[in-house]
Amino acid sequence: MPPGQRPGGITRVRTRRSVGEQAIKGLLAAAAVLSVLTTTGIVVTLVVESVPFFEIVAIGDFFFGTDWAPLAGGEQQSFGVVPLIWSTLYLTGVGLLVAIPVGLGVGVYLAEYASPRVRRTLKPIVETLAGIPTIVFGYFALTFFTPEILKGFLGLEVSVFNGLSAGIILGILVLPTIASVSEDAMSAVPQSLREGAFGLGAAKWQVVVRVVFPAALSGIVAALVLGASRAIGETVVILVAAGNNPNLTFDLTTAHQTMAAFIANTARSDVAAGSIAFATIFVVGLTLFVLTFAVNIVAIRFVRRYRQVYD
Amino acid sequence: MAVAETDIARKVVQRASSGERSRDLLFRSSLMLCLFIAVIFLGVLLVDVAADGVGFLSLEFLTSFPSRIDPQSSGIQSALLGTLYLMGLCALFIVPIGVASAVYLEEYADNERWYNRLIEVNIQNLASVPSVVYGILGLAFIVRGPIDIFGLGVGQPTLLAGALTLGLLVLPVVIIVSREAIRAVPPSIREGSLALGATQWQTIWKQVLPGALPGVATGVILALSRAIGETAPLILVGAAAFQRFNPTLDGQFSALPIQIFNNVGEPAGVFRDLAAATIIVLLVILLLMNSAAIMLRNRYEQKW
Amino acid sequence: MERTTPARDHARKDVSTRDLSPRAGEHADGSAAKPDAEGTAVFRLEGVSVAYGGVTAVDEVTFALREHEITAFIGPSGCGKSTLIRCLNRMNDLIPSASVHGSVLYHDQDLYADDVDPVQVRKRIGMVFQKPNPFPKSIFENIAFGPRVLGMKGDMSEIVEGALRKAALWDEVKDRLKTNAFGMSGGQQQRLCIARTMAIEPDVILMDEPCSALDPISTGAIEELMLDLKDRYSIIIVTHNMQQAARVSDRTAFFNVDKLEAGKRVGKLVEFAATEKIFTTPDDKRTEAYVTGKFG
Repeated sequence: MPPGQRPGGITRVRTRRSVGEQAIKGLLAAAAVLSVLTTTGIVVTLVVESVPFFEIVAIGDFFFGTDWAPLAGGEQQSFGVVPLIWSTLYLTGVGLLVAIPVGLGVGVYLAEYASPRVRRTLKPIVETLAGIPTIVFGYFALTFFTPEILKGFLGLEVSVFNGLSAGIILGILVLPTIASVSEDAMSAVPQSLREGAFGLGAAKWQVVVRVVFPAALSGIVAALVLGASRAIGETVVILVAAGNNPNLTFDLTTAHQTMAAFIANTARSDVAAGSIAFATIFVVGLTLFVLTFAVNIVAIRFVRRYRQVYD
Repeated sequence: MAVAETDIARKVVQRASSGERSRDLLFRSSLMLCLFIAVIFLGVLLVDVAADGVGFLSLEFLTSFPSRIDPQSSGIQSALLGTLYLMGLCALFIVPIGVASAVYLEEYADNERWYNRLIEVNIQNLASVPSVVYGILGLAFIVRGPIDIFGLGVGQPTLLAGALTLGLLVLPVVIIVSREAIRAVPPSIREGSLALGATQWQTIWKQVLPGALPGVATGVILALSRAIGETAPLILVGAAAFQRFNPTLDGQFSALPIQIFNNVGEPAGVFRDLAAATIIVLLVILLLMNSAAIMLRNRYEQKW
Repeated sequence: MERTTPARDHARKDVSTRDLSPRAGEHADGSAAKPDAEGTAVFRLEGVSVAYGGVTAVDEVTFALREHEITAFIGPSGCGKSTLIRCLNRMNDLIPSASVHGSVLYHDQDLYADDVDPVQVRKRIGMVFQKPNPFPKSIFENIAFGPRVLGMKGDMSEIVEGALRKAALWDEVKDRLKTNAFGMSGGQQQRLCIARTMAIEPDVILMDEPCSALDPISTGAIEELMLDLKDRYSIIIVTHNMQQAARVSDRTAFFNVDKLEAGKRVGKLVEFAATEKIFTTPDDKRTEAYVTGKFG
């Protein structure tokens, strides 16, 4: 062995390789930090662009005003956002009225009743429904659901752009989310709980409703909240099917405009960049972002809770 | 746990009475009704779209440009190319960044540190931000604002801007799916590699990532299929309506969802049929992508 | 003409051409090694304790392990033998909450010194795990992985064949080197893992219960292999199978679990001596109780 060489020398002073390893870690971390930058970017954009708006329009007028007419001229121009918030929540409510029972029903069936073969056919169908682009739902609402079902089959007196169509189709859109998350939650309930109830002579529906459902409750609530969040943020279905007129009303036969639909509509119309009407995109965007953010925090809490219980 | 189980079970059974079988049947039937509603909706939707649009499907449809004045000769070439380019550019963006983020979070990050937990929370939140808000971000930052990418972004709604916006939208999906795929690689593989004197990165690059690849690829395909179906961000970023030339990196671009959206808005009924035909094309593309993802998963899935 | 190069550069050099084991009784720089009755020490531990998240798992271990011998760690479950063996190649580094105190010397070098690269450590001190963990690749790729990432020069087919021959696996797999290693039986997989370790030409092979997931025939084959390998390597094996320890090892360390107050348990080295002594006339009563099967 050559002199001066230590057997099994294991020391390193900064080798090329160890520096390389640190550099790689740095690059990877930078990629991960992009997510934080994205959130920062969203918040900064929305807030910064909203500031000039609130220098002109009083916050109270914005949040509590009931007349939304940002593109109108002169005296008609008004910035009360309540109709948008109202329509957003109202149409989401209509949608959930459809999505929750049907979605939960599908979820319960898949989790508790379906044989493996049935599941193998049905789950892809639910996933297909989930994967259909929202514009297709919008098309369907406007060109089929409103004329053929609402007007034709049900004989309702609705206008071409109406909140009912948009709301119901919104529900169908959101249904797969509720179905799959609730199905996940119920499948996670240990079999031993069910067996305990069966062993005491309970009927299947009782086991499902009184044992599985309560046990999976946080997951089911998470499913509902996630569905609501999706519905609140949905743009195109409303834009296509519910028209472009904000209406602060319970009347579903007329047009409605949600926050998201307003944003998209304004962006594509000829609004001068830098004008106060243009700034409404960001202001309403900020309101929408805060709303969905709050709903999502709630959802994540519930998801975490149900995941923890059976881990 | 056993005590709670029998407690619940006892409460259940105390209410059991006669007429059980009919109640069971009723319950089960209502569930099947829900199923029926969902399946019927899907069926009717697909049939309606197909019926409306099939008349316009042809090779000329795919290779002509859209026209507002002569709907019979209107085609979707510009929009189709736009969608395909968006898909490609988006993939170039989300794959390295998404996989790198997932690798960092799974292999390097110490979960006790506040900054790593902040990153995780961020990703979870971003996954549920409405797509229209991403559109606003794209509009403000990329199209109008401070980020001028290779001189291609300022003041112009370009393909690159659209791809980046869509990329940011689906990036959380890629990260989440990639993390799961990486997590599925058992620790014993990493230990075996490290015990042979490999460095952490060598272990990740040569053992962990290859093992996670099928899962990552499936996730990327699903993310891309979500991205190209989105309309709202493209509206915000300024994708063109009736574009009568092919898209380029630094010019105006169109895409299938935008084309559909604009056609649906036209009063004349024939444009709606055009929209339906375009929808068929979009759905076929999505079907191909999802089949590819499923095939990939079935063929290459690593069973540990 | 020989150039003398600093130890740091040697850390990156071609491992395959270097004879890592110093001649018996002598360090490579010519100074006399400290012999322990017979044989030189490859590991010298002094006051070594390992804790996970502040809770001590094994406490105050002091002994010297000789080279070209098979040393067995035995003891009931929870006595810390696996924890200890993982200190010897810095595998405990992978567990963030683990902390190692005391001195661990490898050929008189501090294994835990600040400037020591764990990656370099593992090139010289290999490890075989309890559950065989081949990579989901071909047999060839499994063996070739180590030499490749270490930058070993030489014909890869020769290196692979050499390693498989040393592990007594060559004849069984030579016709299917390109098939997936997952298709092998458990015993073959474990021998593959041993071959894989040998391909990087380490100095020491650590084995953490290598046969506990295997059938008796495979176990026998591996034990035979270990006896063959003794000449080239130093082997340290953790086993819960006393008969195995008695069969293969030269010296045996018996660890036991001490119960402290508040229900805490910690592992301690009870006795360390020639295997024959441990199993026939042990000094400590606890050792005797364990090896005669009274507990464990």
